[in-house]
Amino acid sequence: MDLSLSTETMGDRTIVRVGGEIDVYTAPKLREQLVELVNDGSFHLVVDMEGVDFLDSTGLGVLVGGLKRVRAHEGSLRLVCNQERILKIFRITGLTKVFPIHTSVEEAVAATD
Amino acid sequence: MATVELRFSALPEHVRTARLVAAAVARRAGVDEAVLDEVRLAVGEACTRAVGLHQIGGISAPVKVLLIEEEKQFSIEVGDEAPHAVAGGGASGGGPGDADGEADEDEMGLAVISGLVDDVEVSAGEHGGLIKMTWPTTPPPTILV
Repeated sequence: MDLSLSTETMGDRTIVRVGGEIDVYTAPKLREQLVELVNDGSFHLVVDMEGVDFLDSTGLGVLVGGLKRVRAHEGSLRLVCNQERILKIFRITGLTKVFPIHTSVEEAVAATD
Repeated sequence: MATVELRFSALPEHVRTARLVAAAVARRAGVDEAVLDEVRLAVGEACTRAVGLHQIGGISAPVKVLLIEEEKQFSIEVGDEAPHAVAGGGASGGGPGDADGEADEDEMGLAVISGLVDDVEVSAGEHGGLIKMTWPTTPPPTILV
């Protein structure tokens, strides 16, 4: 299972839909995608992780890197995830306090804080 | 000897293979289905860390994974051949001169492992490091007389 990525714009938000496995092999592709979006001026990102089957610390590192980049432009990076096994990784690393995690793309797009 | 032994070149693309093999052997050994996701993640983290250490250190030796089925428990040992500074050795050069957060990812990998696995031992010496993780197994159901 490789990594699949697609993007979509909703108002001032850019949705990044991620599918497959995010690990040491595939995470660089996600990093490139996030860097490219920020370089192109998309500073409010919603990363939809509902299609993700596997996420490890390399993937977490890429998401944290993305957050740093958008924050440098006063942007935001929100996650959409309902899968317990993925949420657990955010929980044990304390990253639930760092990322706003939403249950749907609609909710993430509507969030403003 | 280990139940299954795996050696792979220190390349990111092989870490997935190690995860799949480890999960398959763990399932066969009787590790609870609910824990298999944790086994997969923990072994992936350990292998990712080993691959990183080999790549940073320019080590051509393979990463070694031992999958050991024992009575009532299943262990995974992930060994690297990167020389680790021995405790107290502090600034002994040759450390990962990382640019942007590679050491942090290494630490995060260990944090994930220790958060996931109750029984984990991390050891390191000048000839390499070893992460040993153990999970309980449930014996196959037997017919009650």
